[in-house]
Amino acid sequence: MRTSAPLRKLPALVLAAALAAGAACATHASAADAAQSDTSWQSWKANADVTNIASLQRGARDFVGYCLGCHSLQFERWSRLGHDLRIPEPLLVEDLIPPGEKPTGYIISPMIPADAEKWFGKAPPDLSLIARARGTNYLYRYLKTFYVDSDRATGANNLAFPQTAMPDIVSPLQGLQVPVYQTIQRRGPGGKMTQEEVFEHFKLIAPGRMTPQQYDQFVHDVVNFLDYVGDPERAMRRAMGIWVVLFLLAFTSVAWLLKREFWKDVK
Amino acid sequence: MATTERNTELRSPSEPLPPGATPVSKKRGLWAWINKRLPVDEFIASELTGYFAPKNFNFWYFFGSLAMLVLVIQLVTGIFLAMFYKPSAAAAFGSVQYIMREVDWGWLIRYMHSTGASLFFVVVYLHMFRALLYGSYRQPRELLWLIGMMVYFALMAEAFMGYVLPWGNMSFWGAQVIVNIFGTVPVIGTALTQWIRGDYGISDATLNRFFALHVAAVPIILLGLVMLHLIALHRTGSNNPDGIEIKEHPGPDGKPLDGIPFHPYYTVKDFFGVGVFLVVFALIVFYVPTFHGIFLEKANFEPANPLSTPAEIHPVWYFTPFYAILRAVPSKGLGALLMLLALVSLLVLPWLDRSPVKSIRYKGWISRVMLGVFVISFVGLGYLGMQPAEGIYIILSRVCMIGYYAFFWLMPVYSRFDRVRPVPERVVYHAH
Repeated sequence: MRTSAPLRKLPALVLAAALAAGAACATHASAADAAQSDTSWQSWKANADVTNIASLQRGARDFVGYCLGCHSLQFERWSRLGHDLRIPEPLLVEDLIPPGEKPTGYIISPMIPADAEKWFGKAPPDLSLIARARGTNYLYRYLKTFYVDSDRATGANNLAFPQTAMPDIVSPLQGLQVPVYQTIQRRGPGGKMTQEEVFEHFKLIAPGRMTPQQYDQFVHDVVNFLDYVGDPERAMRRAMGIWVVLFLLAFTSVAWLLKREFWKDVK
Repeated sequence: MATTERNTELRSPSEPLPPGATPVSKKRGLWAWINKRLPVDEFIASELTGYFAPKNFNFWYFFGSLAMLVLVIQLVTGIFLAMFYKPSAAAAFGSVQYIMREVDWGWLIRYMHSTGASLFFVVVYLHMFRALLYGSYRQPRELLWLIGMMVYFALMAEAFMGYVLPWGNMSFWGAQVIVNIFGTVPVIGTALTQWIRGDYGISDATLNRFFALHVAAVPIILLGLVMLHLIALHRTGSNNPDGIEIKEHPGPDGKPLDGIPFHPYYTVKDFFGVGVFLVVFALIVFYVPTFHGIFLEKANFEPANPLSTPAEIHPVWYFTPFYAILRAVPSKGLGALLMLLALVSLLVLPWLDRSPVKSIRYKGWISRVMLGVFVISFVGLGYLGMQPAEGIYIILSRVCMIGYYAFFWLMPVYSRFDRVRPVPERVVYHAH
């Protein structure tokens, strides 16, 4: 018996579907934990998880506490945040929404952009889409690699975003840290030996209010929250998608049986 | 009752037709009323149930109907997007976020539209590859191929202008780069770019006209061309994996022996293809709508900013093969010319192929190798167009570009001398 022609084609179709599914899963696979040593800061992963509501709630609290002074979320409403993060409105009004703002209003920083530009040289960016524009890993690395740099007007610099205009507002939590460099001999072009300073690790020179573990959790929560704000529909979309795909698979099966029935006539 | 009597007066079903008379539909009521005034039944009889397609279509023949499906998805989702989108430099970016967050099901409509744009090109590229495989562009289908290429060019214009509308930073800088390509036209270049933009730079005026072109002008052209493409297809009939003309082997009833009515056989088969396609489509829309920054690029989540260039400017993936050619040579003018030539090469393909057979099944090893070279070069260029224009990437772009051109411009030679295999009389088909 020869396998029927359409059956021989089936593997190709299944492969196409599997490729799409594989692409869908790749995000999860890449989020596997990386060793969190300072030297490998460029491969630190945020491991954001927008289904972790408790983490999102802490992230929202910390955003309001530490970020909202300068940064807006101009595309997110307070009421939307309350709904998605399951924060009842009385709590929302009491603990998160600044006095005078309405729950239906957008999350806007009180800082006047013209003033901000005068103070920092650049108005702090809106953070509604920052997680989508830069990625969560970048945000995680950015919030963890501030260091003391007396050459900067703000007294702070950053490994993930060198010459950042943002002052190190997280130092009261994380503590003050300075980078320790390692001198590396390297053979440059033309065979000449050159010396290069390479970042090795951070040294804490003044402890903050949080232990490193607590601070890591703090950053994780804030990044997680920003990830949610960038794409608030995501959790719902993913939960719904499986039913859509199942329905379409059922439709496809019926279509396949119908096709086979009709094509019995074709000799 | 009165209607019934009137209809029976016209002709009794058993009565033979006088010579030269057109048969009157035996159906009655509303359907007959419509058909007397609009040839619906005749259209179905001539273009669907009486249109014969070769019975040996394979996997590669799903993509024509899928392209139609995506076109419909794009039109319908596009209409809903246009209800909420605001074509102005000040409001465009925010209005897209408004659609994504506050319009009911807006995120679904928008992701369907953005995913549809990319999958349109996936489907069209596979559809075109099918033509390369089986020689569907050859005599008598040259015009069908040319109209198809016009559809492709209209689609490129549509996609480019659509990409500018969200007014993200990549929209802005991508538009800047692509419009500037027209600046390499001798003498009128600068004036031409200003005419396209309606301004000295990409601005509100540009966004407004791109919106008008994207939602009205180009879709109308696209629909017209697709209709012509189908009319031309039905005139010659479809090619098939064996590259044999089924019309040359008619049965006693005058119908092709190797043909089957398009409806119901291919409508029901295409339904299955639609199902598989929609599963893939839904997986992307619901789980990876940005496709890891390939369908929706990261830089486009920042609003357009004329003062801040994204780290790497490149167009969306479906343009990158041509973009890689543009950047492969140091001279911008020459690059633009080579890019234009890459498109013209496709256009003149029917006259480059001199092989005595149509289908790759019966072509010799040189043709097979060259087709492989073309596919590797095209995919390679697509990848290289997304990489920074430096070092090894430039060198590889040049290698791939040579591969791309060799496929087309050596074809008059290798297709003539390549040893071909005997083509069977009738199509190869195994019944199930």
